[in-house]
Amino acid sequence: MIEFKNLHKKFGKLVVLDGLDLNISKGGIFAILGPNGSGKTTLIKCLLGMVIPNKGEIIFDKKSVLRQWAYRNNLNYLPQIANFPPNLTVLEIINMVKNLRPKDSNSEELIELFGLKTSLDKKLGNLSGGTKQKVNIVLTFMFDSDLIVLDEPTNGLDPIALIHLKSIIQKEKEKGKTILITTHIMSFVDEVADEIVFLLDGKIYFKGTVDALKKQMNNDNLEHAIANLIAKQYA
Amino acid sequence: MLKILKYSFYDLMRSRWSYVYFLFYLILGFVLLFLNNDVDKAVITLMNIIIVLTPLIGTIFGVMYYYNSKEFTELLLAQPINRSKIFMGQYLGISISLTLSLVLGLGIPFVLYGLFKSTAIFNFSLLLVVGAFLNFIFVALSYNIALSTENKIKGFGYAILMWLFLAVIYDGIFLTFLVVFNSYPLDKFSLAATMFNPIDLSRILILLKLDISALLGYTGAVFRKFFGTNLGMMISMGVLMLWVMLPVLRMNLKLRKKDF
Repeated sequence: MIEFKNLHKKFGKLVVLDGLDLNISKGGIFAILGPNGSGKTTLIKCLLGMVIPNKGEIIFDKKSVLRQWAYRNNLNYLPQIANFPPNLTVLEIINMVKNLRPKDSNSEELIELFGLKTSLDKKLGNLSGGTKQKVNIVLTFMFDSDLIVLDEPTNGLDPIALIHLKSIIQKEKEKGKTILITTHIMSFVDEVADEIVFLLDGKIYFKGTVDALKKQMNNDNLEHAIANLIAKQYA
Repeated sequence: MLKILKYSFYDLMRSRWSYVYFLFYLILGFVLLFLNNDVDKAVITLMNIIIVLTPLIGTIFGVMYYYNSKEFTELLLAQPINRSKIFMGQYLGISISLTLSLVLGLGIPFVLYGLFKSTAIFNFSLLLVVGAFLNFIFVALSYNIALSTENKIKGFGYAILMWLFLAVIYDGIFLTFLVVFNSYPLDKFSLAATMFNPIDLSRILILLKLDISALLGYTGAVFRKFFGTNLGMMISMGVLMLWVMLPVLRMNLKLRKKDF
């Protein structure tokens, strides 16, 4: 479904993506992992068209995405930091995003689920970080798209919201969606991810199921297995 | 684009600063009218204020809005919208809301004072048009600076420096030139130098219309001698338009390569 071919990206002298090749098939939850600064966010942003690669090609649904924008209608993205215009209310921002995308949405259901009903008329500037993240999640999941990209989705969520988030992710997976997640919380990966893509030095270092990784690292604990993987780099 | 424009506009129209700006002009208008007791004189005083203040406010609002809405812009960038439409929408949203503050803030006191019965209505309208131009120009310039500068503090600094340069330093350098090279013919040089500064250009444009020779100064006089009043106004208006279009064009070019 998504194909990255020989992707290069430099920021000044810093090489972030160095000839990265990656194939992601349709359906399933893929966790993109890697140490800080390994290029996870850059990779996702290339896919979204926010970062323009120096070299290489990205194919989504059999079409190149570089310098295109219409393909984003079939893609939902949850950004890492939720920061909205402070003077708009929650309801206004939801309506605005709906307005921008010619698609059906199920926002009511999600608003109910995350208990945002009482906050609908509040200004976004007055909300707490966790509540903003809930709004962010509603904005991401209210559309029916084939690809869902989540950048650190668990940020600032309370336990109940986290449970809801996991159940939504599972539901979307059952519908056959492709879900990309970056996170540093390994228990979350262990619980939800089908496959792990491990980035190191701008390349794919490991790609496979969670069990395959554990086996390869000879470690039953995912957190330690990943730590071993990173430690190899430092060694 | 219109959707983005609408929301940027709503967002700004609800911010406290738009009201502060609006109230400032409102009070300024009333005070000037009651102190001068004469619409014509008030227009001249206003010109001096507008020519320095609108660029400053446009610059500050431009950089502030860009940096403050950065994360939100990222959210928009992930939506199926063309990049340049997002930024053009924001740009127009800021410029239009600032212009509205200016037009309403000054318009209300002048209309109440009896602008429609006075002959100064054309001068006053020209003043507002120039103010609007300056808004559009300086928001575009500051957006350019913000787009090219990742660091917020630096971006802010450059933007203020740009304003200071065009509003104050430019004239100083210009004047020094005139003094140092006063034994050479400087008409063409000063004509060209005026074109490169939208603030000077606006000043001359208004003074040409007001037809007050005493205030025209050297560049204004050269301008009038060269082009005559009407052609001079048309040319300066045209150059002001270029001052809007070129930064907007550069913004679009920059956007094609920018990483967010």
